[in-house]
Amino acid sequence: MGALIEAHGLTKKFGDFVAVAGIDVAVTSGEAFGFLGPNGAGKSSTMRMIGCTSPRTSGELRILGMDPSTHGAQIRARLGVVPQDDTLDTELTVLDNLLIYGRYFDLSRKVTRKRAAELLEFAQLADRAKAMVQTLSGGMKRRLTIARALINEPDILLLDEPTTGLDPQARHVLWDRLYRLKLQGVTLVLTTHYMDEAEQLCDRLVVMDKGRIAAEGSPLELIADHSSREVVELRFAPDENEAMADKVADLAERVEVLPDRVLLYTADGDEAAEAVSRRGLQPETVLVRRSTLEDVFLRLTGRTLVD
Amino acid sequence: MRATAHWTTMYRRTWRGSVFSSFLRPLLFLAAIGIGLGSLVDKNAAIGNRLGGVDYVTFLAPGLLAMTTLMVASQEAMWPVNGAVRWDRSYVAMINSPLTPHDAMIGHLVYMTFRAVTVGAMFVVVMLLFGAVKSPLVVLAIPAATLCGMAVAAPMAAYSVTLTSDGGFAAVNRFVITPMSLFAGAFFPVSQLPAAIRPLAYITPMWHGVELCRDLAIGVVPLWASIGHVAVLVAFVMAGVSAASRLYRKVLTP
Repeated sequence: MGALIEAHGLTKKFGDFVAVAGIDVAVTSGEAFGFLGPNGAGKSSTMRMIGCTSPRTSGELRILGMDPSTHGAQIRARLGVVPQDDTLDTELTVLDNLLIYGRYFDLSRKVTRKRAAELLEFAQLADRAKAMVQTLSGGMKRRLTIARALINEPDILLLDEPTTGLDPQARHVLWDRLYRLKLQGVTLVLTTHYMDEAEQLCDRLVVMDKGRIAAEGSPLELIADHSSREVVELRFAPDENEAMADKVADLAERVEVLPDRVLLYTADGDEAAEAVSRRGLQPETVLVRRSTLEDVFLRLTGRTLVD
Repeated sequence: MRATAHWTTMYRRTWRGSVFSSFLRPLLFLAAIGIGLGSLVDKNAAIGNRLGGVDYVTFLAPGLLAMTTLMVASQEAMWPVNGAVRWDRSYVAMINSPLTPHDAMIGHLVYMTFRAVTVGAMFVVVMLLFGAVKSPLVVLAIPAATLCGMAVAAPMAAYSVTLTSDGGFAAVNRFVITPMSLFAGAFFPVSQLPAAIRPLAYITPMWHGVELCRDLAIGVVPLWASIGHVAVLVAFVMAGVSAASRLYRKVLTP
């Protein structure tokens, strides 16, 4: 069997609204695959179709070699799902949450208890086993949700916006846990609108916009294909960015004007920055950096990821 | 049912309070209305005839049994159902496992049935303490009251799963549950209502439940009428389950 997830022309409509407009995706075993895009790009709708909790409108979809419309329960038995909003039982203990979830998968009490103990260890929550979920921090809750999704030892772990709403410290802890899962061979499929998250976690990703796939590849490939090596960020006085952009347009391969900045795309950022100052222009700040997926997205869609 | 595990585990944390209230509520109701008001009512022999020849507390108790069970089951089918979609989203957690929306619905209804049975059984115990029972058939009033509760709870679950704001519950409590509990035969015979309004009482599940429970507690059970009551209540349950099955799927797996 080749791909664990295979979609051709996958489409989801809600009435007249097209949430997913015919996408092709293939995810192979052991890889970390990402859907990157802004809110409303169709990522969550795609994830729910893959998770077999939302029937597709048209197109083909096979998960683990099975059709979700006929084998939904069999597929879900082998998936782990981390929904966008936590769905924990906040009035129960951390341990109870795992035990109840094991029941849903029809696991024996003995197996569930054993796995729950291991997963609490993995999620760094062993000392909180008896604590009420409502007393946990956001990062702990998210780790518990991930632990719970692993109770059935899934072949694929689906994570919808895994670190949205978490503070930077908690995000790094979570990334570390997910990276460990990946090393263990768990196939990860995640959505995110954070380009740093996509770069950290994903072997391969698709950039989604308005229900379509705008580009596909590894983070490095995408940057190489759709952006320059370096970027110079120039911040001028408010309302001057547009006018200044015309004066520096010839110094770069491409210029983008954002509400608060002008971006110069060029192979050599320092060289371009010097050229700006030789012209006597004085931006309030100048920053030379590497291209990121944010730039790829801007190039492909003309918009930033986080509005 | 695997999907019941969530609700029973939740209940394990709160059962002490619920047992206390399901014992105390009938005790207070029967003392205040059954004995307090009943002592006035029973002074009038003409009223006694209209109550079927029993004293008021004996007339009232099976009615309150049906009403209380109905209240507990239907309240469980309101906010907890809606919250499982909108707030703690426990249904969403369930359907990400092999369980289907239909399983989630059945699991919750099983739990509501369990709650109705326990509340009904506690109520019958209190009725015995008050001597408001004339026949050992009262034991069958527990499943009868449970059926009555589920006849409201199942359609209510179908309604609750679709609500996207709390306003709908206020309306259903104000215009359905409260009038039904007051006028469907628990406190006084429906025959006392103006003839024009009486049919409204007859179409409520509660009236059929009250009649069943009362006949069983008094020990005079007309066969065909009872079969009719059971049939109506079963029809309400089946219509509710069928609507809920469709609506749970529509809401949870759009």
